[in-house]
Amino acid sequence: MSKKTKAVSGDTLSRLNRIHPATNFLFNLMFLIVALACFLPIIFIFIISITDNDIIRKEGYQVFVTARTFSGSAYEYLWGQRQTILHALWVSTYVTAIGTVLGVLLTSLMGYVLSRTEHKLNNILTILVFIPMVFGGGMTASYVINSQVLHLSDTMWVLIIPLAVSSFNVTIARTFFRTTIPDGIIESAKIDGASQWTVFFKIILPISKPVLATIGLFLAFGYWNDWFQAKLYIHTDDLKSLQAMLDAMQNNLEFLTKNPTALLTSSTDLKRNMPQESVRMAIAFVVAVPIACVYPFFQKYFISGLTVGAVKG
Amino acid sequence: MCKLTTPFPAKSERKEKVNRMQQNKAPAKVQAEPPKKKRWWTKDDTELTILALPTTVWYILFCYLPMFGIILAFKDYTITPGANFLTSLLNSKWVGFENFKYFFGLQDFPQILRNTLLYNIVFIILDIVLPVTLAILISNIYSKRKSKTYQTLMFMPHFMSWVVVSYFVYAFLVTDKGLLNAIIRAFGGQNIPWYSTPAAWPFIIVIMHVWKTIGYKMVVYLASITGIDSSLYEAAVLDGASKFQQARYITIPSLRPIIIMMFILAIGGIFSSDFGLFYQVSRGAQQPLTPMVATLDVKVYQMLTSNTISLGKTSAASLFQAVVGCITILSANAIVRKFDRTSALI
Repeated sequence: MSKKTKAVSGDTLSRLNRIHPATNFLFNLMFLIVALACFLPIIFIFIISITDNDIIRKEGYQVFVTARTFSGSAYEYLWGQRQTILHALWVSTYVTAIGTVLGVLLTSLMGYVLSRTEHKLNNILTILVFIPMVFGGGMTASYVINSQVLHLSDTMWVLIIPLAVSSFNVTIARTFFRTTIPDGIIESAKIDGASQWTVFFKIILPISKPVLATIGLFLAFGYWNDWFQAKLYIHTDDLKSLQAMLDAMQNNLEFLTKNPTALLTSSTDLKRNMPQESVRMAIAFVVAVPIACVYPFFQKYFISGLTVGAVKG
Repeated sequence: MCKLTTPFPAKSERKEKVNRMQQNKAPAKVQAEPPKKKRWWTKDDTELTILALPTTVWYILFCYLPMFGIILAFKDYTITPGANFLTSLLNSKWVGFENFKYFFGLQDFPQILRNTLLYNIVFIILDIVLPVTLAILISNIYSKRKSKTYQTLMFMPHFMSWVVVSYFVYAFLVTDKGLLNAIIRAFGGQNIPWYSTPAAWPFIIVIMHVWKTIGYKMVVYLASITGIDSSLYEAAVLDGASKFQQARYITIPSLRPIIIMMFILAIGGIFSSDFGLFYQVSRGAQQPLTPMVATLDVKVYQMLTSNTISLGKTSAASLFQAVVGCITILSANAIVRKFDRTSALI
């Protein structure tokens, strides 16, 4: 393992300990193949989305784009249906934004209270958070409670609230507060007459940005990628997010043609003119791209969150 | 939703508590001496309780209320006209274990149980062997920049939802246009209708699972590998240890705690499955793929969305899954605890 050690002896040692250059080449080649296998599908669907529909029908999906096979008609079509797509994008963004803020707040509040071991209810609350980790009522019970008792079906809230808190995130927050925030800070604030409310919002939150960022990212990606809540609880097209729309279109593309503008032209007409195959892939690409562009910048927070959650155990 | 498989660092906490007590000894004494009589409930406690209140309410509504919903599994739920859910539930007839009998008596019950367990066993083995091997290999690559690039690219599938992935898979597998059949044709073969060939699906499911999780699991293990004290390796080199011996006697033993923890978590989840993988990738787990891709979660979902199966029966299926899941995670933990106290979760 070529570790960079400051000591000269360590340096020569690590050089001694290197793998053979040929092995290095082999490993590089192998990882290159694996990495491409992980990444190429997204390129592949992009290529399909810009391929002419007649070519697809006759020759199947193409792996390369040439002048002969290129066609922007899928994206033209999507542009024509932009109202539906922008609406779904708005739902996704709204749910992600509100959910992340709410989730971070609820999680860090509980994490902070659990980190105060002198709190009289500490044990009870710890158990309250712990039990759902090993036992839950199951999918059916949640469904019944959410839809029949709390009446959340077909509201925006069913996409947001049930996903806001998880015991995993609460544990990460609690571990962070307990290990990195010195008790002295809280003690001295209390001597100055601050209430726990002030301590939490004025002191704890501002100095806990790393863990809040990690939890916020977990939540944001979770909300953005969620389609299951919509599948179970949402029946109106108004509340379908991008992922839910993509899911609904898996079997029929009619979802797109059901939007208000489509009423102007007959929907059979629209369907006939639609470049079916490439439109499907174009939408999948449009949904996948924002995440594919954004995640490399947040990757390190994810890893730190996962290792906090995992290694501390 | 709220049931998340995760380590709960109860034990390390105990250690922390001890540390904390030792650190705070001096100030604690100073504080404790003058008042002597300590009030049982302080203003601090009230404030902290108020801070915890919103999340507590959330837990009660979304985790504990559904736990009472399991009553449904023992009732023949019928809607009382004009009444709300609770009165209907209370008015419904108790049927004991009838709903469970129905579920266990289903013709495809053995198949579903087999699918769930077998897939999970394969996943547990692959999820440890492949990422640990890859993490050890990638830590040996000379160029750190290249290594980072590979990691980033391999991390991508983790961020894609199963819905998006199902479109990727479709582009490869669809019979007449898909890439895979194009390759088969290029080698002189015949088109294979993948979406109606059940025999192929165990492989497709396993490949897709590995594809989606390998990058991020590898990175988690790699993070632990970089945390290993480099002097261990230096000493090993001086003693003439080969690369393989270093991996065998230093790297893998150092990874042991995290491997055990991942293992317990995976065992705990052996009765649950990644719904998206089985449902979305197979485009709805329709016939004729059902026998190969239906797991407990898929079955519960299908029962839940069907109009003919009663809520009580669905609840029974769901409760069965929750109970056996709870038993497995607790027993896996108990077993690990017996052999290696420090690696256990609880």
